[in-house]
Amino acid sequence: MTQYRLIVNGSEQQVDAWDGDMPVLYALRNTLGLHAVKFGCGLGQCGACTVLVDGQPQRSCLLKLADAAGRTIVTAEGLGTPEKPHAVQAAFIQEQAAQCGYCTNGMVMSSVALLARNPKPTREQAQAALAGNLCRCGSHDRVLKAVARASGQREAS
Amino acid sequence: MSPITRRQLLLQGSACIVAFSWAGHAAQAQSARGALPLDQLDSFLALQKDGSVVIYSGKVDLGTGHRIAMRQMVGEELSLSVARIEMVEGDSALTPNQGPTAGSTGVARGGVELRQAAASMREGLLALAAQRLGTEVAALTLEDGRIATSDGRSIGAGELMVGQPLKLPMNPKAPLKAPSRYTQVGQSLPRPDIPAKVTGRHLYVHDFMLPGMLHARIVRPPAVGASLQSVDESSVSHLPGVQVVRIRDFLAVASTDEWAAVRAARELKAQWSTVESLTSHERVVEWMRKGPFAADEDLVHKGNAARIEALRDAPDRLQATYYWPLQSHGSMGPSCSVADVRADGATVWTASQASHRLVAACAAALGMDASKVRTVYLDGAGCYGMNGHDDASVEAAMLSKALGRPVRVQWSREEELGWDPKGPPQLLELSARLTPEGRVDAWFTEMWLPRATANLAWIPLLSPAAAGLPQPKGQSTGLISQNGDPPYGVDAVRVQAHWIDGAPLRPSNIRAPGKVGNTFAVESFVDELAARAKADPIAFRLQDLSNPRGREVIERLAKLMQWRTRPSRSAGAKTPAARGRGMAYVHYKHNETFVAMGMEVEVDRDAGAVRVLRVACVQDCGLMINPDAVRAQVEGNILQTLSRTLYEETRFDRTRVTSVDWARYPLLRFPEVPRLDIELVQRQELPPLGAGEAAATPVPAALANAIFDATGARLRTVPFTRERVKAQLAT
Repeated sequence: MTQYRLIVNGSEQQVDAWDGDMPVLYALRNTLGLHAVKFGCGLGQCGACTVLVDGQPQRSCLLKLADAAGRTIVTAEGLGTPEKPHAVQAAFIQEQAAQCGYCTNGMVMSSVALLARNPKPTREQAQAALAGNLCRCGSHDRVLKAVARASGQREAS
Repeated sequence: MSPITRRQLLLQGSACIVAFSWAGHAAQAQSARGALPLDQLDSFLALQKDGSVVIYSGKVDLGTGHRIAMRQMVGEELSLSVARIEMVEGDSALTPNQGPTAGSTGVARGGVELRQAAASMREGLLALAAQRLGTEVAALTLEDGRIATSDGRSIGAGELMVGQPLKLPMNPKAPLKAPSRYTQVGQSLPRPDIPAKVTGRHLYVHDFMLPGMLHARIVRPPAVGASLQSVDESSVSHLPGVQVVRIRDFLAVASTDEWAAVRAARELKAQWSTVESLTSHERVVEWMRKGPFAADEDLVHKGNAARIEALRDAPDRLQATYYWPLQSHGSMGPSCSVADVRADGATVWTASQASHRLVAACAAALGMDASKVRTVYLDGAGCYGMNGHDDASVEAAMLSKALGRPVRVQWSREEELGWDPKGPPQLLELSARLTPEGRVDAWFTEMWLPRATANLAWIPLLSPAAAGLPQPKGQSTGLISQNGDPPYGVDAVRVQAHWIDGAPLRPSNIRAPGKVGNTFAVESFVDELAARAKADPIAFRLQDLSNPRGREVIERLAKLMQWRTRPSRSAGAKTPAARGRGMAYVHYKHNETFVAMGMEVEVDRDAGAVRVLRVACVQDCGLMINPDAVRAQVEGNILQTLSRTLYEETRFDRTRVTSVDWARYPLLRFPEVPRLDIELVQRQELPPLGAGEAAATPVPAALANAIFDATGARLRTVPFTRERVKAQLAT
């Protein structure tokens, strides 16, 4: 067993693991109980496991635990709560921008990262930023409206 | 053999508490339930002492909004705020079996049953209160859990129970509230699950954990039908805590550490027999034409038979062949389940759409009486039909029994796209001719379909079959042959199904089973006939459409799209980027929801790329309980079916499915999402119809018709890949 130190949602965490090649997704879900991080493909193709690593959106299914050591990770739990949601989460709630919701936390994280670098994205810019997030239910249009709302723009519907 | 009791549920410990997250303390206060009679009110509803109510729904919320809609339907009849209504879904021990959540029946049947239960409760409560208060029922009002007289006396509804549960019969004739007095039904109240879903707190079956639980992975054979010859367990002995389970051709690994189970599944060395049992996706059409056939069936045969017969040799007939391919459910979360099997009973946490029916499959695989098996529904990723959830659930049960501990089975992406039962292929050949006045004279649809898709209970589960365990007949595949005839007033129509024995891959129901492919063919062919008649596609449809609700959605669509009346171009503009418009119409199952769908597209002639610029849709699904939830369903139907039409086909060779990741089974992505203009017709006085499926069905034809309008190319095979578009442009 090796001990790895991560900073997750603002607090320091120790994770013991026998294999440093383990994707950090399993540490977040099983060791730390952060279930916003969803297993969708394990291939970096769907975006359901997206977290912010040092502020950048990354696929936690591809990031090895050993490579995540010492870095700052934020999951959807670290942004807000149902009672006090983050502005992006609040916009998702107002637009009712989820159906099954399985892929939604990944989209929330991608949207937060987008707004951090581009506070007033156009619809096309938001579409491009979310190109790596798949959704089967077809919630896309509402997600784009939520991004517009979170950036203080009201999209004409 | 005793039924599951409340005491047993509590003895199973904290697991149940978590599963009751929706119901909180309320569900635990319920007494023994077991197989619940559908004619008893308390099978559906429980009144709490404080006047709040718990709904027990056999139908579940698959991300579709039932969680709010059912509350609104019950709350309306009881004049009770949705905030004071809890809901337990799909728990085989606590909810009545209202059938699977499928076929767009959640609100239209499940919700309507709950509404009648609420009306019965209201009637019963008022009668009891009239006795207690010594007054007439007519003098009483029920509001927010209290019953009041006009002279100011009142009693809490919960107080009428006097220390015992309220036993009232269902009254199918209990009067419903007049729609003109609705205050909740028809309002777009927010869904209660969304705040937790977007902040990572919502409990999915994937997140459900039990103390001492093992993580398991199934090791699938390299070819469909291969048998397991040998396993080298030492190949995974370097991984911590890994156990290998083999039951005949069923092979699995498990460990307390999930990553160890993942690696073990990859690294376990096993020898399998070599088999080539599949047809390959390129040869499905050939296979369908050849048979063997189980039966031919006339689904529709009306009007002058001689005119239909005359189509065979008529030189002026129009004939076209359409093909819909095998498709995967493509769930974002691979299937998952947790089971805890003990000597005295089994509990299975499942995201199955048919949690009640799943009990029999678990019981058969476990060799346990069904009365000792309980299934508990937890949300999964949107499945839109039977994906791998039922398989994973029985697999978890089999492994928990074998290992003597709770087991969580998690499928991989490769398993989900490779091994979920598939939407079946559909081949349709249509012929028709026009009268000299440009109307349809006679119409003949021939369809080739796997027999197993004739709404039969026939989706076998993978692992009981591999392990040689018994299993019941399985889930139904859905009514795949509906909507094969035009929804217009054609007086000579025949629809004939050629039922083929077997299926290229294990078949299943996918959203709007069969009706997507059938409406693609029918509504594309109507467009072909309109072009032949040199008529505007909308005018051509309206000339023989008498249903006023159907006419209304089409006429409103024309306004919404600012449709200019003209025939579709057969040659199209010669610019590299050609634009066009098209539409399609459906009366779902010929007796449910009405949808008119329009599209504006741009086709890049050089690249063969289709870009959908805008989708317009007008839908009439009767009474809408929650219009915003209906709108979300329409949006989802449109975008999901655009994905299925543009990109999706399950590909396979002689041994196995090869389209097993999102690169080889691509979905529609954000940059391709068009503008959506949706108009919903509210019918306050009419029954609610389904919203979960209908709007999927006109999408492919509306798209094909728009591409034809833009370019003159007619696409009759899905998906509309760049290669297919280019090939059609060249003809």
